Amino acid sequence: MTYLAKPKLHHPGLPQNVLGLTRRDYEGAISTLCAGCGHDSISAALIQACFELGIAPHRVAKLSGIGCSSKTPTYFLGNSHGFNSVHGRMPSVLTGAALANRDLIYIGVSGDGDSASIGLGQFAHALRRGVDMVYIVENNGVYGLTKGQFSATADKGSRSKRGAVNSDEPIDLVLLALALGASFVARSFSGDKAQLVPLLKAALRHRGAAFLDVVSPCVAFNNHPGSTKSYDYVREHNEAVNRLDFMPERDPITVDFEPGNTRDVVLHDGGTLKLHKLDDDYDPSDRVRAMAYLESHRAAGEVVTGLLYLDPGAHDLHAALETIEAPLNAQGDAELVPGSAALDAINASLR
Amino acid sequence: METRVNDFVVKFANVNGSGSASANGLFARSILRMGVPVAARNIFPSNIQGLPTWYEVRITEAGWRGRRGGVDFAVAMNPQTWDKDVAEIDSGGYLFFDSTRPLPPSKFRTDVTPLGVPLTELCNAQYTDARQRQLFKNIIYLGALSAFFAIDPGEIERLLAEQYRGKEALLEPNRRALELGRAYVLDHFDCPLPLRVERRDRVGTRIFVDGNSAAALGAVYGGATVAAWYPITPSSSLAEGFARWCRKLRTDPASGKRRYAIVQAEDELASIGMVIGAAWNGARAFTATSGPGISLMQEFLGLAYFAEIPAVLFDVQRGSPSTGMPTRTQQADLLACAYASHGDTRHVLLFPEDPRECFELGALAFDVADRLQTPVFVMMDLDIGMQDWLTEPFAWDDAHRMDRGKVMTAEELEAGRDFGRYLDVDGDGIPYRTWPGTHPTRGSFFTRGTTKDRYARYTEDGTAYIDNVQRLVRKLDGARAWLPKPEITSAAERTDAGIVWFGSTGAAMAEALAELTRQGIHLDRMRIRAFPFHDSVAEFVAAHRHVFVVEQNRDAQLRMLLVNECGIDPARIVSVLHYDGTPITERFITREISEQAELLGIGTGERAAGGRRPPIRRAS
Repeated sequence: MTYLAKPKLHHPGLPQNVLGLTRRDYEGAISTLCAGCGHDSISAALIQACFELGIAPHRVAKLSGIGCSSKTPTYFLGNSHGFNSVHGRMPSVLTGAALANRDLIYIGVSGDGDSASIGLGQFAHALRRGVDMVYIVENNGVYGLTKGQFSATADKGSRSKRGAVNSDEPIDLVLLALALGASFVARSFSGDKAQLVPLLKAALRHRGAAFLDVVSPCVAFNNHPGSTKSYDYVREHNEAVNRLDFMPERDPITVDFEPGNTRDVVLHDGGTLKLHKLDDDYDPSDRVRAMAYLESHRAAGEVVTGLLYLDPGAHDLHAALETIEAPLNAQGDAELVPGSAALDAINASLR
Repeated sequence: METRVNDFVVKFANVNGSGSASANGLFARSILRMGVPVAARNIFPSNIQGLPTWYEVRITEAGWRGRRGGVDFAVAMNPQTWDKDVAEIDSGGYLFFDSTRPLPPSKFRTDVTPLGVPLTELCNAQYTDARQRQLFKNIIYLGALSAFFAIDPGEIERLLAEQYRGKEALLEPNRRALELGRAYVLDHFDCPLPLRVERRDRVGTRIFVDGNSAAALGAVYGGATVAAWYPITPSSSLAEGFARWCRKLRTDPASGKRRYAIVQAEDELASIGMVIGAAWNGARAFTATSGPGISLMQEFLGLAYFAEIPAVLFDVQRGSPSTGMPTRTQQADLLACAYASHGDTRHVLLFPEDPRECFELGALAFDVADRLQTPVFVMMDLDIGMQDWLTEPFAWDDAHRMDRGKVMTAEELEAGRDFGRYLDVDGDGIPYRTWPGTHPTRGSFFTRGTTKDRYARYTEDGTAYIDNVQRLVRKLDGARAWLPKPEITSAAERTDAGIVWFGSTGAAMAEALAELTRQGIHLDRMRIRAFPFHDSVAEFVAAHRHVFVVEQNRDAQLRMLLVNECGIDPARIVSVLHYDGTPITERFITREISEQAELLGIGTGERAAGGRRPPIRRAS
C-alpha cells in the first residue's frame, strides 16, 4: 500500500533548509511497517539528516535488499530513485550504481538477515572495496516478515518470542566492518534520535564506506523479556562512548560541549565533526583499540554506541580505480567509441 | 608420401607451462605471413603446470576453419603422451621427436617416418640456465620445423622482431636458437619434406585473433564503461582483454584517468549485481562468465528481466554440467540462458560464429540491451573464445551512435510528459525509464522485483500482474523482427532437406557442406544468429521435409528451443550432436549426415523406406 499518498499540504511556517525545501519534501510514502517499529524511527532520522544537510533529494539513490528494513526506502526521500533488489545483494547493486555515477549519494539500507546471513559476503566485499556509501543495517536480531526466526546477529542465549533459546554465536557487524576496513563505523539505537541524526549526517558527508549498525527493535517478534534487541534491554545496556555534532563548512561553529572533552574532526569536504567524549578511554581514530574495547564490552552484555571509528582521509573505490571525475554514465560516443581508424590499426596489429 | 603443399595437419604435444605456446603461435603465424591460411587450436588441461597440452595447426590453402581430424606430422615433445600421440598419426605421416636419449624400436611405428633431432643436446650445449634451456628448446624445434616444411625463416625472424620490439636484447638469442634447429635439420635430412608450405596470397586482409579479445573489443566499441567479473575458464581472458583494450583506447589523454571501471567481484552473484546496478544508473555494463557462473546468476537475471534493466553477459560455454570439462568446449547453456531464473522468463541470445562476429554482436548487444531494457547473452564457447581464428577484419561504421533506448530526459519531464515506468506508450511493450538524479521532483520511481502496476507502484493485483507480464511477452516478441536475422542459403540443387546450425559449428560446417555436395547430398542452409527466433526460422523448417540441426551438446538444446518456440513437429528435425568436449569436425558432420541421408532417402530422390531412425542421434 505504498502508493497511498500523504497529504501534500504544507504549513506555510514550516522551516526551510538551504535549498528552500521543508522537511516534508524529504518524506516518502506512508510506512506499512508495524506501529512502533524501530525502522520507522531510522527513516525519520534519515529524513531529518538529509533535510538539515540541504541534500537535494533527487541526488540520492536508495538501495536495499529484501526484508522489513529493505522496504523502508519507500518511506523516505520520495523524490529519489530507489532499488529494492534481491535478498542480501544490495551491496553489489549499490557498487555498480556508484561506479556508473559518482556524483550521487548512495544510501544502502539492509537488515541483519540481509547483511549478516545471506548477504554476509557482499557486505564484506563492499566495505573492503571502500564504496562511497552510507550502509545502514537496521538490526533487530530477528526475521520479521517470516514471523520471528532468529537472525545471525541474535545474541547467544537470547530467547525468541516462542521461548526458543538461541545457541549460535552472534555476528557483530561492527567488529566485522572494522576488520574489513570500513572508514566510518558507528552504532546507534533507533530510540536515540539525538545520537542517530548527527551520526547519519557525518556518514552522509564522509567519503568512503560508512557503516552504521542501528539496533532497531522489532515490536512484533523481538521486544520481549529475554531478548537483547528489545527497547528495554538496549536502553538499559546502551553504553555511548561519545556524542557528536556535525557542522557543515559554512555554518558558524558553536560548541555545546564541555571544553577539554571535545575534539574537532575535519572531513574531506570541509565539514567539521564536533566529537564529545563520554568515555575518556575511547579513541575513535584507533582501530585496533576500538576493536578490543568493543569486544570486552560486548562480553559484558553492553551495547556500545557512538562514532566507533573514523578515518577522515580515506579513499574510495573510484580513487582506487582511477576513474575520470565526470560520471561514467554521462560519457557519449565521442568519449567511448574509438572509431574506425583505431580499429584499422588494431586489425593491422593482428596480421 | 606424395607431395602435399599447403594441406596438412601438424600437432604439437607439449607439457603445460613449458613455454611452448609462444613458439607454436610463431609457427602458425609464420605460415599466415606466407599467405597460407591456418586453423589452429590449443587443447589444454585445467592445470597450471605439468599436465599434457596440445596445439594443432591445420595448414589449409582452401581456408577451412574447422578441425579436419587426423594428424600428418606429430611434434612429440611430451613423454607422458607419447604412445597416444604416436598412435594418432595418419599412416604415412611423420613423427618429430627429441632424439637425445635413445628410444626402443617398440616406441615407433613402421608406417610413420621418425624424424629425430637431439633437441636437449643442442640446447644444453648452448645454454646453461634451466629456464633458458626449456624456452629455447621450443625455438630450436621451431627452427627445425621451418626447415622440414620450407617455411621462410625471414617471416619467423620478422615476427620475433615484432614480438621483442623494445626488448632487443632478447631478440638475438631467439634468432640464434632458431638457426641452431634449422641448421641441424638442413645438415641431417633431405629437406623439405613432401609436406611443405609454399607462398600464396590466400590470407588477404584477414586477421588472426581469439574471440575473447574480439568480444572485449566489441564491448569497448559498444560503449561499455562498467565491467564486473569473476575469474572462470574459459571467459577470464575476455575481462582481461577488456582491461587491456581500455588502457589503450579509454584512457583520458588529458588527465590520464580511466573512462571505465572494472571490478573483479567476489563471485558471479556480485558480478551480475554490479552490472545491474550500473545499468540501472545509466552506464553500459557487462560481465563475462561460463556455465557455472550463469547458474549462480539466476536470481539476479530474473530481477533484471522483471524490473527491466539492461545487462550484457558474455557466456563463454565450456563442457558441463557442474564443473564439467573446464577446458573443453560445448554449446550446452542455451536452455539455462534462454529461460534463466525462476518463473516465466525469456531472454535474448546472440550467437556469434567467429571472432569477427564476437566483435560485431558484442558491440550490438549493448544497443539491444538498452533498447529492450533486458539481459542479453552473447553465446560464445571455448573454441571461439580462447582459440586464435583466421577471421575477416573488424569493421566499424563511424556514423553509428549508441542506441540508449527509451530514456526520459529532465527536459521531457519538465515539459510535463507523463512518466509511467512500466507504461506501454508506444505499443511495442517497451516502456520509458529514467536514470536516477534526472529531475528534482519528477520521474523518480522505485525499482523492485515484486509485482507492480504501470506506474511502478507495488501491487499484488492479478489484473495488473497479467497486464505487466503480457507486455513483457509483447516486448520480446517485437524484438524478433529486428534482432540479427538468420543467414539462409539455398543448396546448389533443389532439395527438400535443410541443415541448421549456430556459433562455432560454422567452422567445420562450410567444409562439411562442400563434401556433402560432392557426395550428391544437397541441403539448404540456415545459420541462426539470435533468439527469440526470427519468423524465417520457422518458415525454413516448415519448407523442408527433413531438417538436420547440428549442435554441440547432448540433449539437442537448439532443437528443443525450435520445437518449443516455433511449434515445430519434432519428427521433422534430425539432430546431429557432438559433445565430447572437442570442437566438432568436418569428418564428424559429413559422416553423420551422409549416414542419416541414406536412411531418410535424402539426395537420392526416394522417400525413406521402412522405419525412420530415432530423431535424436547421439555422438559416439
